[in-house]
Amino acid sequence: MTDLTQTQVRERIAARLASRHRKEKLFRGLGIASIAFGVLAVLVLFTDIISKGASAFVQTDIQLQVTYDPAELGIEQVDEESLAWANFDGVIRAALRERFPDVSGRRDKRELYSLVSNGAGFELRERLQNHPELLGKSETLWFNADDDVDTYVKSLSKSEDGFLGRTSEQKAQWILTLRESGELKKRFNTTFFTNGDSREPEQAGIRAALVGSLFTLLVTLVLSFPIGVAAAIYLEEFAPKNRWTDLIEVNINNLAAVPSIVFGLLGLAIFINFFELPRSAPLVGGLVLTLMTLPTIIISSRASLKSVPPSIREAAMGMGASRMQVVLHHVLPLAMPGMLTGAIIGMAQALGETAPLLMIGMVAFIVDVPHGVTDPSTVLPVQIFLWADSPERAFVERTSAAIMVLLAVLITMNTCAVWLRKKLERRW
Amino acid sequence: MTTMTLNAGEAGPAEDQTANPASESAVEQSAVKARAANTNIEVTGTVGSPFCDDAKLSMRNVNVFYGEAQAIHDVSLDIGRNQVVAMIGPSGCGKSTFLRSLNRMNDTIEGCRVEGELTLDGEAIYGPKVDVVPLRARVGMVFQKPNPFPKSIYDNVAYGPKIHGIASRRAELDEIVENSLRRAGLWNEVKDRLDKPGTGLSGGQQQRLCIARAIAVSPEVILMDEPCSALDPIATARIEELIDELRQNYTIAIVTHSMQQAARVSQRTAYFHLGKLVEVNDTETVFTNPEHELTEAYITGRFG
Ligand SMILES: Nc1ncnc2c1ncn2[C@@H]1O[C@H](COP(=O)(O)OP(=O)(O)O)[C@@H](O)[C@H]1O
Ligand SMILES: [Mg+2]
Repeated sequence: MTDLTQTQVRERIAARLASRHRKEKLFRGLGIASIAFGVLAVLVLFTDIISKGASAFVQTDIQLQVTYDPAELGIEQVDEESLAWANFDGVIRAALRERFPDVSGRRDKRELYSLVSNGAGFELRERLQNHPELLGKSETLWFNADDDVDTYVKSLSKSEDGFLGRTSEQKAQWILTLRESGELKKRFNTTFFTNGDSREPEQAGIRAALVGSLFTLLVTLVLSFPIGVAAAIYLEEFAPKNRWTDLIEVNINNLAAVPSIVFGLLGLAIFINFFELPRSAPLVGGLVLTLMTLPTIIISSRASLKSVPPSIREAAMGMGASRMQVVLHHVLPLAMPGMLTGAIIGMAQALGETAPLLMIGMVAFIVDVPHGVTDPSTVLPVQIFLWADSPERAFVERTSAAIMVLLAVLITMNTCAVWLRKKLERRW
Repeated sequence: MTTMTLNAGEAGPAEDQTANPASESAVEQSAVKARAANTNIEVTGTVGSPFCDDAKLSMRNVNVFYGEAQAIHDVSLDIGRNQVVAMIGPSGCGKSTFLRSLNRMNDTIEGCRVEGELTLDGEAIYGPKVDVVPLRARVGMVFQKPNPFPKSIYDNVAYGPKIHGIASRRAELDEIVENSLRRAGLWNEVKDRLDKPGTGLSGGQQQRLCIARAIAVSPEVILMDEPCSALDPIATARIEELIDELRQNYTIAIVTHSMQQAARVSQRTAYFHLGKLVEVNDTETVFTNPEHELTEAYITGRFG
């Protein structure tokens, strides 16, 4: 080794200083650029979805004065049987005819009747069922307009003439008249949040899919969290390190990388064909998603168990705590925030999962809101998939709105994760 | 320093060779001589007086292995009742390994195997029916790095009594906590903040908290593995005082890197070298008139 003088050493350091600083700047620049790119992508995505979907949260309604005329309804009293075949559509039609008395001719009348959603009759029936005293009286109510009307009215705010689409000139005239007199308004779209799916866009809602998603996630969480945590604890704290546990570890890592549709096929073969569990049910969906999220939860739980300082284990063991007590009293509380974070990330993945659920029949057209984990139901991402595939124009905005609901659920879950971690995290 | 240990390491029975000539040129002349001398010393058995009459812990022909590697070679030693025995020796000579085999903390290390006869009050420590839980309650441990639980000061001390079911009532537990903290000389400093986290204390206070935690279950033996190595001189002095007081009620085995500390707190000193127990004697004898050449080399600072 040659002996360097102190000056020589200092000169050599100084010579490299500029390039070191340059590299550091470059590195920082790259970091900022990549973050900017990410933020931009998120912004574009959100603007696109919100600009398309925001209009789905309002819905054009039409105000009508309806008369519960026993003659028109064809019933004498309000009971189950008569309600079942009472002609509520007739009442609506009568109300429309009354509003526009000049309309004559079959074609024109049909055109007139199509102003209001054909779900209006059901609403009326429900109203009369709850208030039987209304029979023979009349009242003023708001009804959902047909989706074509809705599309036209919404397009009016964008351009002067609006987008007529399937709406005739004459119909447009009626719409403008109603709008002028305040009998046609855009109001908050409660239907979207209270109904299940429907072939009619104005009656289609997110409720069934949302509840289905929640049931499915509940099944997934209840199964995958305890099983995953127990497996992680066993592997990390109790299992001997030998070829078998190595094999298990490798397989868990492999499972995490298996395409989710494979889990769907597995679920179809095992849960539906072999155990004959009901198709399209959140129970089966939850089971399949449990298989899918288990590796994620096991891996993240093991990582958080590993991060508990060994000195804590030693301290507890040195006090004479049994292995079980070491885990329960010391390791688990410290690892819990990490485990929960992992579980919530797993749940978020499960929430957005579509492919395996298609395999077990959750793609069916489900109108009713499920009441339990064995009721047929659909889930949010599948609902989005179904709506995106529908030809009606009004489903476009509903698709985006459903995506917004899905994102809102995701963001809520992630916020919970952060909050839980902050709350449970303890320093040592 | 490390090269010396390494070279001395080659002085096992298998290969008996002289020091590496390449590094020789770089080191001071006198040290070379000392090392060359040490290198050729073979440790055969323990000199001094490893046994005593009233032994609390007694170890005979202890061998400890980590997988294939042997960390402790045929060590026999008695630790007398209410006695402080210091274990000294260069880094990596197996002091911690030996200490941890006394309360079976080595059981928790994968691949670690302990052979030999170890008894506590005449009962085998590694007997087939021995439960480590009560054993560790009888033989407590204080570690090198203070490691309080991330819980309150109170809960730290109360943990042992709780898991062993020692206190039946809350008042009794309170009393145990207070007494333990008093005996560890920490009570006055923490009595107003028992519900604050133990990890918020200073290093020296944390170590005294760990001692309080260990004595809360009234152990018979306390093992200390370099308890002061992470502490400043003032905190160290406090712990040393404490050890001296604790001797009245407990039997203590302490590993230390500081020879002054060994001299101050212990009655007997054991010198380990490369997994072998070289010499055991009264502390005074070891530090003033060591019997073995290696001991002398170590205490005079020629390696370590
Ligand atoms: N967990 C372990 N696994 C394998 N070898 C170990 C382990 N702990 C210690 N050793 C080895 O055992 C020998 C003695 O170590 P140790 O007892 O820690 O020494 P000391 O405490 O005297 O510094 C060293 O050679 C060390 O490398
Ligand atoms: Mg050590």
